[in-house]
This record gives sequence, C-alpha cells and structure tokens, in this order.
Amino acid sequence: MMAVDINSSDEMRELYRELILDHARSPRHFGKLDDATHTAEGINPFCGDKLRLFVRLDDDEVIAAVKFEGSGCAISIASASLLTEMVTDMTVGQALDCFDAVTRRLTRPNYSNDSNDTIDLGKLRALDGVREFPSRVKCATLAWHALNSAIHGQSTTVSTE
Amino acid sequence: MTHAQKNEMPILASCRHDFPALQQEVNAHSLVYLDSAASAQQPSSVIDAIAHYQRHDHANVHRGVHTLSHRATDAYEGARDRIQSFINAEGRSEIVLTSGATESINLVAQSYCRPRLKAGDKILISQLEHHSNIVPWQIVCEQTGAELVVAAINKRGELDVDAFDALLTDDVCLVAIAHVSNALGTIVPIRDIIRNARSHDIPVLLDGAQGVPHMQIDVQELGCDFYAFSGHKMYGPTGVGALYGREALLDSMPPYQGGGDMILEVSFDGTTFNELPYKFEAGTPNISGVVGLGAAVDYLQSVGLPNIEKHEQQLLEYMTAKLEEVDGIRLIGTAADKASVQSFMVDDIHPHDLGTILDHQGVAIRTGHHCAMPVMDFFDVPGTARASLALYNNTDDIDRLVAAIIKARQIFT
Repeated sequence: MMAVDINSSDEMRELYRELILDHARSPRHFGKLDDATHTAEGINPFCGDKLRLFVRLDDDEVIAAVKFEGSGCAISIASASLLTEMVTDMTVGQALDCFDAVTRRLTRPNYSNDSNDTIDLGKLRALDGVREFPSRVKCATLAWHALNSAIHGQSTTVSTE
Repeated sequence: MTHAQKNEMPILASCRHDFPALQQEVNAHSLVYLDSAASAQQPSSVIDAIAHYQRHDHANVHRGVHTLSHRATDAYEGARDRIQSFINAEGRSEIVLTSGATESINLVAQSYCRPRLKAGDKILISQLEHHSNIVPWQIVCEQTGAELVVAAINKRGELDVDAFDALLTDDVCLVAIAHVSNALGTIVPIRDIIRNARSHDIPVLLDGAQGVPHMQIDVQELGCDFYAFSGHKMYGPTGVGALYGREALLDSMPPYQGGGDMILEVSFDGTTFNELPYKFEAGTPNISGVVGLGAAVDYLQSVGLPNIEKHEQQLLEYMTAKLEEVDGIRLIGTAADKASVQSFMVDDIHPHDLGTILDHQGVAIRTGHHCAMPVMDFFDVPGTARASLALYNNTDDIDRLVAAIIKARQIFT
C-alpha cells in the first residue's frame, strides 16, 4: 500500500470539505415545489449533472421558497443545497447579486480578495476549492445558472457547456 | 496466489518505455494512464513517423509528378497495404481510409443502407452500442422510415445470442454490432452472430474500435461484411481510421461524399467515379494521420497481438481480483468473455468526484456515460468510473488505482 500523501489529501479535503459532503449527502430543500412561480432546469453534459430548480416569488418580488431536485456530483448537489439556504427570503435583486458574486468568485482566476465582494457569501465560501479544478467549476455554478434563468422567466434548459 | 499473478510477460515489460507521454508526473505523482479505451497513448515510432513525413515527405497524394508527391503517395498507400495485411482483407481496394470508426459507420449507413432501405425494413443493433453505432442508424431510419431494433443484454452485460437470433427476421437489412463494448469490455460472440446472420443473408457490420487494439482481427476468417475502426484506440493518431468492406458490397454502393480524388472524369454533364477504394475518399485525405496509423500497425505487429492479448488478460484478472477486494465497490460489466476494461461504482460517490480525486493522485480514468447512455440506463447509473488497460500497463498501475480508490473512500467517509 502506498504511503498516504498528506499534501495531496489536504488539497482534496479543501475541495471536499465537511460542509460540502454534508450538503451533498443531505441536501436541504430537496424535492419539488408544487406552488412554484418560476422554474428552470440546468444540465452539465460533461458530468451528467441534471437539476431542476423551483422558486416561489411573493408579491413583493421576494423569494418565499426555493427547492430543487435532480442528480449530480457532490459539488453540484452541495452548491444547489447551499443556494437554497442562501437565497430564501432574499429579494430578486439580492439573489441576482448573489449569482454574480458566486460566479465571479469561482470563475475569476486568482480571485482572493474578499473585500471586492459587496455581499457576504458566508457558507458559500466552502466552494472555493473548485477554483483549482477548472473542469469542476461548472458543477459548482450549475444551480446558480438555473436560478438566474428561473428568475428571468426563461423556460429553456440551461447548459453549462 | 492463484488469481492475482504479478508475473508479467517479459516481452511487454519494456514496452512502457516506448511511450513518451507515460514518462511524466501528473499532480506530483508518476502518471498511471488507465483511459486507453478513450484514447491510447502513442509510441515514439508513431510520433516519429508522423514528424518524418511532415518534415521531409509532405505533398498532396495521387496527383503530382514531383518527388515529394510520389513519396507522400507511397507513404499513404503503403499504410493502406499494411492495414490490409493487418486485418487480412482479401484486397487493398477493400480498405477505405476514413476519419475514424464514426465516419466509417456513417459511410455504411448512408451509402449502403440508405439506398436500400424501405419503410418497415429493420436495422438490428444491441443495447451495448456506443453512440456512434446508434445515431447513424437512427438518422438513416428517420430518412427512410426503417426501424431500429435493439437486442437486449443481461445483468452481466452479455448479449443473449438466442434472443438476438430471434430478432434476425427477413426484413432486417443489416446487423450492426460492437465487437467489444467500450463501456463494459464485453467481447460480443460475433462468430455466432455472423454465422446466424449469414444463414438469413443479412450482412454484418462490426464496430471494431475496441476490438482492434486487443486481439488479432482476420476479417476473412470472421466473415463479416464491414469492420470499422479508429487509429487512436490502437496507439495511432486521432482523426484517422478505416472501414473494411467486402468488395462486392463496396462496389454496389454509391459514393459517400463528392469531391476531388473520388472521380475519374468530371464534366457538367456528369461524373465518372473513381475505382475502389478511392470512390469513398473524397478530398485530400489526412495523409500524416494515415502515415501514423501505418506506423501504429507496425508497432502492434512488432509486439504481437497474441502477446498483447495474453498480457492484458492477465492484467484484467489481476485488476478484477484487486477491485473486488475494495469495500463498497460495485463492478459493472462482468461478462465471462471480456477485454481489459472495467466499469465500477464506489459506494455512492459520484463518478466525477471519484475521477477528480484519482486524478489528483496521478491516476487517469474515464468517468461518465462513455458515450453509451443506453448502457448506463440499463444499469440505472448516471455514469460509471472506468479503468481500461493497454499493452503498456502493469500490476503497479493497478495497485496505484486501488490505493487511490481507498483514499477517495477515506475522503468521503
């Protein structure tokens, strides 16, 4: 048996943090939202991840409820689960700001300065590990693209390819 | 040790050094390449043959009177001769050079099937097929009103020959079937299938993309009508491959594409098509790719397919035994007769998470649906992890794979 490589393990544990694994194993707000006002599907053909996001907006353009269903890798499921916790009770404007902040944070190379963020991403920082894995960034942003699409009322499936 | 023998055949132990890409570190680990079923690495002899052609002999083929054009033509046609000999085709006119197995199959779909098919006719495939042996038939069925019939597999990923035979009715125009499944490694009992299809006068196309790298192919002995394969699965370059077709069938088929090189004479009143196999090779071909494919044939023959087959079967046995010892593993594709390919799932870890963790330890495997979504649906999985072994792999590679899987389980528990 090979000796355990500490550095390699550390970087993997950075990607698959306990918070990510917890949300992947026990996704929050998982299932269909029967009284959704907006919905969109996101697919990542590379991974085969497939999510459907359901949003209920109230009369004041506030996200009263958000749920999702589907299947995917740990990163995509955890990201979707964290999204549902994050954007519930946000206004549409706040949620879209959040979408911008998350996608910028994960896709911009060498992004390290938190002070650039006008909003506190909180637990979503747990996704930072994917920045080192270009092929997995799409997994982490999939649910967010679906949210953006749902809010804008696009009924088409969004693909990360 | 009865199963997991570590002894390797001496002749193949040194082959690994022939492959420059294998002599590197990935993520601070020496590379373990277990994705040859997607694309095999190339030996120096292939890389050098392509470079030599590009540096010294490049010109267009079949038309120039100058020296370089002669050299390019000799290199290109010489590769065709070697491919003919490699699969023991009766004549060189039966070897059509294409961009790969996919184009070879599309050529048969459009040039053989499309003019013949009537509404209600059938094309028979199996549930094992790669998308490249499904979609071309769906397209021609859509064009003609024919029906695509799919023969089932069992839980081990084997084709049921009796059930297959029951589908061999007189309205079947063609049987198109994988020689070896890319997703599961199943070696299809093609001799039985060809014998039974021939008794109904139904021609058989074999998708040999995964067959050619693993075993000696003799198309005359097999008695198949078409055999399609790709260069990059057999240690050659991408973007090149071949279609073997029985001459009588190729002769009866109209051209697949129009263009230069596939004609004898062109006027605005009409065109006389070139003879076989040039009738199917429109446009300037992938000359350097064909040169590389010829060099790959030479390499395979120098190592010897029987040696490769024996080496890979020993390694497959070792890998299967080692993987079965890992807690939480589920092997997908457990046919009695298999090439050196193994799909698997580990606990409930998604294959892509597993692939990332393995890559981080320098172990390259394929993850996903392997362009065989119907196979994934059959086993009710979104995709699998797949380790595929080639002539350059050894038992150390398999030990590294197993250690990496165990580490992935530690991260996920």
